[in-house]
Amino acid sequence: MANIERDEVSGTDTTGHEWDGIKELNTPLPNWWLWTFYATILFSIVYWILYPAWPTLSDYTKGVLGYSSRVNLTEDLEARDKARESWTKQFAALPIADIAKDRKLLEFAMAGGKVIFADNCAPCHGSQGSGAPGYPVLADDDWNWGGSLEEIETTIRFGIRSTHDDTRVSEMPVFSDDYLSPTQIAAVADHVLSLSGSGSASAAGAEVYAEECAACHGENGEGGRDFGAPRLTDGIWLYGGTKEALVAQIGNPKHGVMPHWEDRLSDVERKQAAIYVHSLGGGE
Amino acid sequence: MQETLEKNLVLLSIVTLITVAIGGLVQLVPLYTMETTIEKVDGMRPYSPLELAGRNIYVREGCYVCHSQMIRPFRDEVERYGHYSLAAESMYDHPFQWSSKRTGPDLARVGGKYSNDWHVAHMIDPRAVVPESIMPGYPWMADRPLGAEKIAGDMKTLQFIGVPYTDEQIENAQADLKAQANPEMGDADAMVARYPKAVIGDFDGNPSMITEMDALVAYLQMLGTLVDTTSYKTSPDGR
Ligand code: HEC
Ligand code: HEC
Ligand code: HEC
Repeated sequence: MANIERDEVSGTDTTGHEWDGIKELNTPLPNWWLWTFYATILFSIVYWILYPAWPTLSDYTKGVLGYSSRVNLTEDLEARDKARESWTKQFAALPIADIAKDRKLLEFAMAGGKVIFADNCAPCHGSQGSGAPGYPVLADDDWNWGGSLEEIETTIRFGIRSTHDDTRVSEMPVFSDDYLSPTQIAAVADHVLSLSGSGSASAAGAEVYAEECAACHGENGEGGRDFGAPRLTDGIWLYGGTKEALVAQIGNPKHGVMPHWEDRLSDVERKQAAIYVHSLGGGE
Repeated sequence: MQETLEKNLVLLSIVTLITVAIGGLVQLVPLYTMETTIEKVDGMRPYSPLELAGRNIYVREGCYVCHSQMIRPFRDEVERYGHYSLAAESMYDHPFQWSSKRTGPDLARVGGKYSNDWHVAHMIDPRAVVPESIMPGYPWMADRPLGAEKIAGDMKTLQFIGVPYTDEQIENAQADLKAQANPEMGDADAMVARYPKAVIGDFDGNPSMITEMDALVAYLQMLGTLVDTTSYKTSPDGR
């Protein structure tokens, strides 16, 4: 066996190994370190007993506390629903217009609606509904489909040209493709511009408009909500108000798509969102 | 004993191997036998060829550096992103895209949340639709042809490591890829029969060419849409 001796300088034993005359001290671990180490072992044993830890062949040890993040979540959500019950019940039961009339409920709707809007709607409609090209401003009174609480709620639930079976849908016809000549398209574009006070009205343009466009956009360009056809008199444009933009839209129309929120938001959440949108400035 | 082991290389190697193997086996063996690690859910299917090509682009561009695909079972996450992610939902992912950091939002259930137009505008220039965004733009994807000649090979590789692609699916890879991006270029019904719930359409609004953008948007639009999570109930013991 090894030859353990006491080192005179440090007063510590050597390990007894010797390599080419060099001996190694066997300095013991500091006690604080050693006890911390034992404590971590003890901790892990306690942890194994309390929490899910070891896999077995077909299962795993569950721990005596029965901890599960999924069960905790279920409990969290149940507790949340319970705490909100006082007002969510009324939200579910009342028509949306009555909710907006009740000051207390309105507060709940606005607080929740704001968060829901930021997470779901703002990427398209801008924060506070400020809009972007192709994505309508929701803070003004220019509505294609309707700005009452009920109409907004319907839009959110079913979407526009969405994948939902009950989606709002309509399609402006393609007027190029020999249907209208380029001169006719230019004339009607000018006519449309004149409705909002720019462009030059012409008899030719007015005639095409009356024949081809009035059915959807209204005789005087006041818009047609049954078809989601925008009002053309207010100088507010989804796709731009230059003559070029109008010629492009008439020749080969773009159609905005809004997804439906039937699955993604609950009934209560959609009501909150609708009330929030309604409050942004243009609610009817 | 210490001394015998230390001085005998072969013996030391064998004993070391045994020690390390115990650690590995304890972790690995149960995963192969434990049926509970992956929930039994309906609706999961392997990626369609176009979605797989989009996923390859997602990995190539390192989108996972900023985006997770893992909704954890916490109240704040579930309220924002939807039902927590199930293990089954990434069982065909090699490698999975759970990621570990969120500079942008989680994408595990982004499918169907936006329109194709929005995704295209957002990928070309995020600031065009979200003014405060710090996401980089990827404008070239809209002009680059997809070049997915090898997609059947990718599927074969995945099949080899356990993704249940059928030989029929691999044979029809190119046809299905075209049919999904442009229903007029192929048999879209047969494609959907092979890949239920697949979103069909000209994703990037440019029917003359199948671009990288088509593939990426097809991938984004299917994320989290396969499993009907409303029918999934957390069991009392938490699985
Ligand atoms: C993918 C982008 C997108 C998202 C996300 C989105 N919208 Fe829309 N929304 C649109 C587009 C595009 C239109 C216009 C459709 C059209 O051209 O008729 C629209 C129209 C609307 C309208 C009808 C406006 C009118 O003039 O009648 C309302 C109301 C509305 N959105 C509310 C919402 C709310 C609330 C949310 C969030 C829950 C939301 N939107 C999320 C794209 C989106
Ligand atoms: C079948 C109904 C229908 C007919 C007919 C129709 N439109 Fe439209 N029009 C629409 C719809 C719906 C939209 C909105 C598209 C959208 O929301 O994306 C629209 C949008 C527009 C826009 C864009 C408005 C904006 O805010 O940017 C213009 C301009 C326009 N139409 C002009 C015309 C003209 C001119 C004609 C006749 C030559 C015409 N439309 C015929 C339904 C119609
Ligand atoms: C530098 C970090 C970063 C990278 C890299 C990045 N993103 Fe993003 N992404 C963001 C941020 C921040 C947002 C939130 C703001 C926005 O919508 O633009 C976002 C938003 C998104 C959204 C909208 C999510 C939602 O629910 O609103 C999608 C989809 C998306 N990114 C896809 C991608 C794809 C695909 C890639 C890779 C090609 C990518 N991102 C790369 C930072 C990043």
